[in-house]
Amino acid sequence: MSEIEPGATSSTHRRAWPALLSITLIVAAVALAFAWVAGWLTPGRLTPQRFTNAIEAGNGQIYRGFRRAHAKGVCVAGYFEGSGKGVALSSAALFAPVRTPFVGRLSIGGGSPYGLDGKARVRSMALQLNSADGQQWRMAMNSFPFFAVSSVQAFYEQTVANAPDPTTGTPDPAKQAAFATAHPEFARFADWAKTAPWSTSWANTTFNGVNAFRFINGSGEIHNVRWSMLPQTAFEAMTPEQRATVDSDFLSEDLQRRLVQAPLRWTMLVIVAQPGDPTSDPSQAWPDYRQHVDVGTVVIESSTPQDTGACRDINYDPLVLPTGVTGSDDPILAARSAVYAVSFNRREHDIATGKAAAATGDAKAQGRRP
Amino acid sequence: MNGPTALNEVSPARATTHFNRPARLLHWGMALAIFTMLFIGIGMVASLSLRPILVSLHRPLGIAILLLVNVRLFNRLWRRPPSLPADLPSAQILAAKASHWLLYVLMFAMPLIGWSMVSASGFPVVMFGGFALPPIAPHDATVYAVLRAAHTWLALLLFVTVLMHLAAALFHAWVRRDGVFAGMARGPRVGGQSARGGMDESGEPPPPM
Ligand code: HEM
Ligand code: HEM
Repeated sequence: MSEIEPGATSSTHRRAWPALLSITLIVAAVALAFAWVAGWLTPGRLTPQRFTNAIEAGNGQIYRGFRRAHAKGVCVAGYFEGSGKGVALSSAALFAPVRTPFVGRLSIGGGSPYGLDGKARVRSMALQLNSADGQQWRMAMNSFPFFAVSSVQAFYEQTVANAPDPTTGTPDPAKQAAFATAHPEFARFADWAKTAPWSTSWANTTFNGVNAFRFINGSGEIHNVRWSMLPQTAFEAMTPEQRATVDSDFLSEDLQRRLVQAPLRWTMLVIVAQPGDPTSDPSQAWPDYRQHVDVGTVVIESSTPQDTGACRDINYDPLVLPTGVTGSDDPILAARSAVYAVSFNRREHDIATGKAAAATGDAKAQGRRP
Repeated sequence: MNGPTALNEVSPARATTHFNRPARLLHWGMALAIFTMLFIGIGMVASLSLRPILVSLHRPLGIAILLLVNVRLFNRLWRRPPSLPADLPSAQILAAKASHWLLYVLMFAMPLIGWSMVSASGFPVVMFGGFALPPIAPHDATVYAVLRAAHTWLALLLFVTVLMHLAAALFHAWVRRDGVFAGMARGPRVGGQSARGGMDESGEPPPPM
């Protein structure tokens, strides 16, 4: 190997092509593997990006800077006060009898920031609780008692079936019917949507965590749980006439009126599963007589518009959890985490690139100038 | 082949022909870690089921790379690396040096951007269990969006650079057979014991075909 002779050079050249071919093949194989993992080679694979595209299509247009779902809402602030009873179930610091501050958000379902409150079947509460130990617990809950469907794929199909038809501007009833037939569990949800009474306020609405989680206590015992926020404000139902005539923003107007008078409270009830209760299917409620534990009180003290409020740039990813709480085997949780991240990335990108004047309050500010 | 003339002579004063053991350990360990990070990263953002588990691996492994690259840079500046073969065309020398420094820059930049991007999103920068790193950037939409885009584009640049690095390393091993690959693959052999295994004296593995 010490000297290059003319013969050696040509023999090196003769040997070069198999080596070059091998190098090319190796590099190409690694690049292809990367592209496959990224989903670039499989346009049919359902990814968080494609799910979010379907949600945006269902919204009829892209509302820049707004959440791609639950777009209309207000920021709220307050605290959670533990009752101490949750400590037996979970070692999360906020279950001790202490106050844990939160930045929250009350919203309505739907992708339009201009949705009509009187028409929104689904209302929501999201909380980011910041414990003294530096840990966070994020939760996003809805007024429905169980999810519409039992799988991620089914929710995608529902999103597609509910999208406005480009010619009519409204969803195609045939597609919706086909979806309902393909997913029999949806009948339960449709029945709830039709028959459940509408409350008059966010303040007297029950919000349900819907997905199952695992609580781990100080001795390492694990319980499967779900939870609900039960309003301490008395329930009052809206009549269909009221719903048709209320102001399109009546929920936030009502909230402000109430908060001027007093803080609003919800009891956090934890429902403990029995062996055999379905944890992986959020479309199935657990029987009512399961053990309920009152673990504390959610207290909302103030609200601010979302365009400038602290909740705007928060992604209420339900898998941001403190020690003592983990996700369950419910596959919807991982899908939510993935799709919320895409929705969050897109709306923060809209804001950063100056495309989101309506979402950041800049439109209002400019409108006020002479 | 015309390596540095000292290549085949064992004398105390000879030029370095091999990276020292810490450099080699760091190189191969980090090569594996970076490949893993690139695949975990690109996979987790495209998955509706694996994101939570993959993100929880991605964050601490990325921070481990940040810690290791500090040690590695220190070692690189402290101990002279082997020089490139004297007959290497100057364009290739330039490409080698530029790409090595680009790799160092990216090994620092990627985890730092990851850490600050997660900070700017308002998420806790969880490492394991209840332990999280402090935020190193303000919770802000614009800061987040810029860092988030940089994390993607620099990851792709890192991937392409790593692929070219891999191609060049194999080119040295199988086509030029000039000892460059061996300089990272193994330590120097003490005189007399050099002809061992399937390697020739330059320490290169035999070509594949
Ligand atoms: C696979 C199923 C689901 C998908 C794809 C989905 C999608 C989304 C998206 C894209 C957002 C906007 C996120 C953001 O930009 O920050 C969102 C927000 C929200 N989701 Fe879901 N969601 C799903 C299931 C659920 C379930 C089961 C619940 C309730 C139990 C829920 C409750 C909420 C709430 C309350 C918000 C608003 C949070 C906030 O105020 O920021 N979602 N959802
Ligand atoms: C060598 C270091 C790193 C490499 C090579 C790397 C690579 C990647 C890649 C390829 C992606 C996918 C980007 C895309 O497709 O848009 C990604 C995403 C991500 N990385 Fe890293 N990363 C590194 C370090 C870190 C660190 C240290 C953190 C946090 C502490 C981090 C947090 C994240 C997060 C949270 C995402 C997903 C963001 C989202 O879904 O929006 N990374 N990374």
